[in-house]
Amino acid sequence: MLYFNKFSLALVLGSALFLTSCDKDDDMPTDTFDISGTYTQNDQMARPAINTVFVGSARKNEFNTTVPSAMNAAFNAQFQSVLTGFGYTSNALGWDKATFAGALVTDVLNVKTNGTTTFFDGTNVLTGRALADDVIDTELLLIFGGPMGNANASLTSDNVNSNDKAFATSFPFLASPN
Amino acid sequence: MVTIALLGGVLLAADHIDAPAVTGPGSTSPNNDITDIYAFQSPADNNKMVFVLNTQGLLAPAATAAAKFGSNVMYEFNIDNTGDNVEDLVIQCLVQKGKMRVYGPVAAGTPGTISMVKTSGPLTEVAVTSYDAGSPIVGTNSNGITAFAGPRDDPFFFDLVRYKEIIAGTQTGFRNPGVDTFAGTNVMSIVVEVPKSLLGSATTINVWGETKSK
Repeated sequence: MLYFNKFSLALVLGSALFLTSCDKDDDMPTDTFDISGTYTQNDQMARPAINTVFVGSARKNEFNTTVPSAMNAAFNAQFQSVLTGFGYTSNALGWDKATFAGALVTDVLNVKTNGTTTFFDGTNVLTGRALADDVIDTELLLIFGGPMGNANASLTSDNVNSNDKAFATSFPFLASPN
Repeated sequence: MVTIALLGGVLLAADHIDAPAVTGPGSTSPNNDITDIYAFQSPADNNKMVFVLNTQGLLAPAATAAAKFGSNVMYEFNIDNTGDNVEDLVIQCLVQKGKMRVYGPVAAGTPGTISMVKTSGPLTEVAVTSYDAGSPIVGTNSNGITAFAGPRDDPFFFDLVRYKEIIAGTQTGFRNPGVDTFAGTNVMSIVVEVPKSLLGSATTINVWGETKSK
């Protein structure tokens, strides 16, 4: 009898949970999830390689926990200093050092909501980041290629131009694991 | 070659080997290292946007079956649709008990480095795809959101080995053809596809990924 009561209680509670979840227009939770508490930031990232190239080990943790809207104030001078160290004057986009540092320092991906989304495809610049984008070559070219994109030829491409596995045409688009 | 000497100690490689707090000795959150963020119009549907957050770079195949998402971690996409680089929308992903729940897109409460789970938006649930699964498990919901969590081939490509030789001064330039250091390696990947109508009306949004833990 005791068992029966427990079972009945479980049924009632289960029905209540089920009805509660049905109030939303979403998939019904099928198990309990711990969604309590507060989560504190460990890492953040948008554009590839920006943190490692321009920030350096001493301030990486700081960069990873600085909100994007505060990055310019905190890191612009350092980014310009790194560009100075590279001998940077201008790049193929015609950006002087201050302009380039200003564009890079706020580490977000600018993403167009209509049309082509790519880091750089020869025409579109910084309209997203697609899986096949050769982002390293783009960054090397903009940093070392000079105003005509033809300086330091041995440093402006790593000559790896595509992924080792083909991407899928359907979700989730990334290739199966190796 | 002034540039080369100055490269040393500054340049490493993408974000694959990141800061001490997420990868170094004594790290309390080794699963939290983001390798790459992608955001692109869905190749399968122009009305949707795809967000990818990859973690745990350079996973060898032999180590991939045992790799797990952190159950105390929030994997979060941040979306600014007003141009001030402050998140207006978030997509929060939690992985527990072999499942991922995706909360959002939903208004970002209090922006910044501390977050709570925002449950007032769409909820999408999907089982984590295992390493030996024949095909990816894809979760969908009635809002048109699609989600995936599990190991994938690392889509990033870069001749990191040669690059390190350049910054060490033992080589003066890249080789041709280059060799992809990330070929044959895996990442733990979270992919979420969202109808653009759920992202606001801005012509350009700003996107970044975060890992947070408790």
